[in-house]
Amino acid sequence: MTAAAEARGLSVGYQGEAVVADIGFRLEPGQLLALVGSNGSGKTTLLKTIAGLLPPVAGAIEVFGGRPLSRPAEVAYMGQFHPSSFMLPLRVHDVVRMARFARRGLFGRLGAGDERAVQEAMAVMGVDKLSHAPLNALSGGQRQRVFLAQAFARDADLILLDEPAANLDGAARGIYRRHLRSLTEAGRSVVLATHDIDEAAECDRTMLLAHRVVAYGVSAEILTQKAILSTFGMVGKYQEGGIVIVEREHGHDGCQDH
Amino acid sequence: MILDSLVTPFTANAFMVNALLAGVLVSIACGIVGTFVVLRGLAFIGDALAHGVLPGVAIAMLLGLPGMLGAAAGALGMIFGIGFITRRSNLSSDTAIGLLFVGMLALGVAIVSRSHAFSGDLVRILFGEILGIRASELVTQLLATLVIAALAVVCHRPFLLLCFSPEQAEVSGFPPRRYHAVMLLMIALTVVVSFRTVGTLLVFGMLLAPAASAALFSRKIITMVLSASGIGAGSVYAGLLASYHFNIAAGAAITLAASTVFFLLLALRQLAPGLGVPARGAAR
Repeated sequence: MTAAAEARGLSVGYQGEAVVADIGFRLEPGQLLALVGSNGSGKTTLLKTIAGLLPPVAGAIEVFGGRPLSRPAEVAYMGQFHPSSFMLPLRVHDVVRMARFARRGLFGRLGAGDERAVQEAMAVMGVDKLSHAPLNALSGGQRQRVFLAQAFARDADLILLDEPAANLDGAARGIYRRHLRSLTEAGRSVVLATHDIDEAAECDRTMLLAHRVVAYGVSAEILTQKAILSTFGMVGKYQEGGIVIVEREHGHDGCQDH
Repeated sequence: MILDSLVTPFTANAFMVNALLAGVLVSIACGIVGTFVVLRGLAFIGDALAHGVLPGVAIAMLLGLPGMLGAAAGALGMIFGIGFITRRSNLSSDTAIGLLFVGMLALGVAIVSRSHAFSGDLVRILFGEILGIRASELVTQLLATLVIAALAVVCHRPFLLLCFSPEQAEVSGFPPRRYHAVMLLMIALTVVVSFRTVGTLLVFGMLLAPAASAALFSRKIITMVLSASGIGAGSVYAGLLASYHFNIAAGAAITLAASTVFFLLLALRQLAPGLGVPARGAAR
């Protein structure tokens, strides 16, 4: 079966300078992969390389057996920043509807199926009642839900999400995580960049990044104290309900449970 | 009496009708292009293109060629120059734009200053000659406006994505560099065909002021385009009337009217916030 995404000896970075080198992974249909690391560890750089927004510095990355960007309708991407979106005269519905342009190109008519996908995505993320609200009138959390709805409305087989839970409240996080799971159960693949270890623990696979691949594999096996220390410079331990940080590297202020 | 002063200048003078038609066509072109200039923060490049055509026009006049041809060459030179400097020097695009902007403007003034015969032409290039528009120029302006409108319709999806996020445009199958280039060509075309009407300096005002005014209250991009075109056309009418009755330069009067509309709308929005686009967080 063709992998949703596959990297071999991949180095990612900017202008020929590698941020993370020698990355290898194979994302099967229906898998959920978390890229975990602290700020600047290379998560976003790798995600952008999978999306085709950055060229690989070395090695190979394939998406559905081809080059990234070769199948725009099948890949959805949600970045971290939308610098100009605050002043745009767009309503929530307009923003989510843009997701369908990849399927219809320059001239294809957006039909009932497209509108249904838009409505469903807005309903899933709980922004259907804000459909006619201007984007620049929304709070940060509401905007994040709209951007997630936009990613889901593409109805793509591979969904790439950069810090998707940022700004979301607890209820919205629950909704979004349940929806991610329903997508993967339906055979969709998801790669998300996060520094939230709890979020990673719910994913099928995790790649820990710290300017190098610290570890990659099944989440429950990968998220060990040693690996987390190497990734974040901190020590974590499993507790009921998730992983908590118990000690900072080189810290001498004693072990404290949070 | 009041009606007379509002209508008679146009019914009694054919040149005023031509000026109004040319101004309305400029307003439509500027309303479409200016919307994207404002939304994408391309004001500086618009300014640079508006000024960068000057040496092209001056050289064309020196060689006895049509000024519009020179303006087109100047604008294309600016577009390629900005791309070249940005790619080869690691400088940000605004530095590249600024360097070319002052360089081209200085070159234009230097060429014009070599000939005394050009001194009147310089004023016409900078401030336009809307009251001297001929029918053939109206046809050119109409064709250019139709091309700009057609490009905006064809490219509305990539343009919308580009305004929202160039990354989203890229992952949606619309290469941002390609559509950014189309947008720059649309700005260049607007500047080139409008410089005879309102001048290279003032066309920049018509690109920015009506679109910025429309941005204050528009909730959809199509509303912004239509409002900007309407505000521009209204400013042309008001400016021509002011020029006729008070004997002031028509191009300047038009741009002044457009700028005044912006400040009036801004003040109105401060006094009655409900009239404008809601402030952030209002939908919580």
